[in-house]
Amino acid sequence: MIPDELRKTLEGRVAAAITAREAAVDVMKELQAHYGWLTDEAVGEAAGLLGLSALQVDELATFYEMIYRRPVGRKVIHVCDSISCWTACCEELMAHLKAKLGVEPGGTSADGMFTLIPCCCMGMCGDSPAMSVGGTPYGNVTPELADAILERERR
Amino acid sequence: MEMPLFRHNRPDRPVTFEEYRAEGGFRALQKALTGMSPAEVQQTVMDSGLRGRGGAGFPTGRKWSFVPRDLPGPRWLICNCDEMEPGTYKDRVLLEHNPYSLVEGMALASYALGVRHAFIFIRKGYEKAAANLKRAIAEAHEAGLLGERMLGSDVSIDIDLHLSAGRYICGEETALINALEGKRPNPRQKPPFPAVKGLWNGPTVVNNAETLANVPAIVANGAAWYKGLALTAEGAGTKLFCVSGAVANRVCVELPIGTTLGEIIEGPCGGMREAKKFKACIPGGASTQFLTAGHLNVQMDYETVAKAGSRLGSGGIIVFQEGTCLVAATLNMITFFARESCGWCTPCREGLPFVREILRRIEDGAGEERDLELLREHIKYLSYSFCALAPGAMAPLEGLLTHFEDEVREHILKRRCPFR
Repeated sequence: MIPDELRKTLEGRVAAAITAREAAVDVMKELQAHYGWLTDEAVGEAAGLLGLSALQVDELATFYEMIYRRPVGRKVIHVCDSISCWTACCEELMAHLKAKLGVEPGGTSADGMFTLIPCCCMGMCGDSPAMSVGGTPYGNVTPELADAILERERR
Repeated sequence: MEMPLFRHNRPDRPVTFEEYRAEGGFRALQKALTGMSPAEVQQTVMDSGLRGRGGAGFPTGRKWSFVPRDLPGPRWLICNCDEMEPGTYKDRVLLEHNPYSLVEGMALASYALGVRHAFIFIRKGYEKAAANLKRAIAEAHEAGLLGERMLGSDVSIDIDLHLSAGRYICGEETALINALEGKRPNPRQKPPFPAVKGLWNGPTVVNNAETLANVPAIVANGAAWYKGLALTAEGAGTKLFCVSGAVANRVCVELPIGTTLGEIIEGPCGGMREAKKFKACIPGGASTQFLTAGHLNVQMDYETVAKAGSRLGSGGIIVFQEGTCLVAATLNMITFFARESCGWCTPCREGLPFVREILRRIEDGAGEERDLELLREHIKYLSYSFCALAPGAMAPLEGLLTHFEDEVREHILKRRCPFR
């Protein structure tokens, strides 16, 4: 069950759309923010709100890079590995974060704080290498800066 | 130098609504609503020579002209701001500095096309740009420049924001339409083209953000003025070039169409990083072919870059220095495309991972001479795909084999990457 207030917000969003399912991505994002990831229960809630079947919602949920259908840590770290970041040593940044958090890509640190995932071009090519932590973008990330960022984001 | 796009920019913050208006902003919309017919606005854009800035370079006025005016039901305009082409960040820079040109351009395009309701489809990660747009739309509403009966005319236009959730294919216009409708964003069969049957099966125009942001200056100053901004005879206007990779300053700049590649790198980019030697670049985002040191005099316009064997694309220039392995660079780009394939059609879904594996074994020193032939065959096979993703993915590979075949062969003969 989701709180009444959230339900009202989401119903309002769906009502404002030209067709209900147009609001699908917004609804999934809000539910993900509430649950931490898009749980099976969240998929069911979304289906009810959008007038779709759970399967139809899953068809969307599994498509988008930033919708998580598996549990993630409190904050997700996305490390861009596209070509501009590659020229700026994103592979070393990824290796550093893997060692620092003790995880492979896709994994969550033992304390449940961070999930580490590579991602496609963030549009920060002029500030490569780039990563985002819990949705906050960071550019020109050296391994030292990455440590400082994680320290700050942990709080 | 005249800058239709960046002239309102402040160095460290977005321009305000008041500043934009004080500098002539929304005067083009006023001019159109009070003294021009929709057909005249469209003709001005057609005559200006403006071409799509998202990558394909299709003439904008012509795209608009394909929309049938006699069909019942609503028509739609969508701004494509799903900027996910690796190496491309111009629309983000544009909108982080100034959301108003896009809003005004969309109002003008909607007026020309008879659109009541327009959408901006913006990618995940561009929250700052989205916040600017949201504010700009609200301010324009407040001032009577959007919404019901704009500026006292009988024209009414609304703009809605759609924030996406990541996935490169959403930038393909028919996939984008599916995404906006809340359907799984696989591309649609063309024809019918969106101009005839697009969003909710209505006539739909999808234009890139930079393209639409050019429209106010074109309407305000006229087609001839815009055309005259280019340095080539056949070109028109300016282009945003966003540079990344091995240059001293990685900048996003507005320059006349027809500026040479070398001028961009030696000028605003301040030359190469650590005075290294230029080896190659990708001129217009990851789905364009490599250009080499022999191409530094190429003028950056659609025709001239095409003549050099590549594409102007999005204007996302990725620079590689001497000593960088271009097999590894191509492998990185193919890995991106393989991951971003939507999986709808076999040539793309199966072909890209296969090409990636061939490149990986060459890079790892396990390649064979016949791999060159296999790669060439796959450039052909992947052109049979459903949409432009896979053929775009083959562009850097084709460039690699055209300009750097010796480098690929050296990997095979030495049984290792010569740069490691």
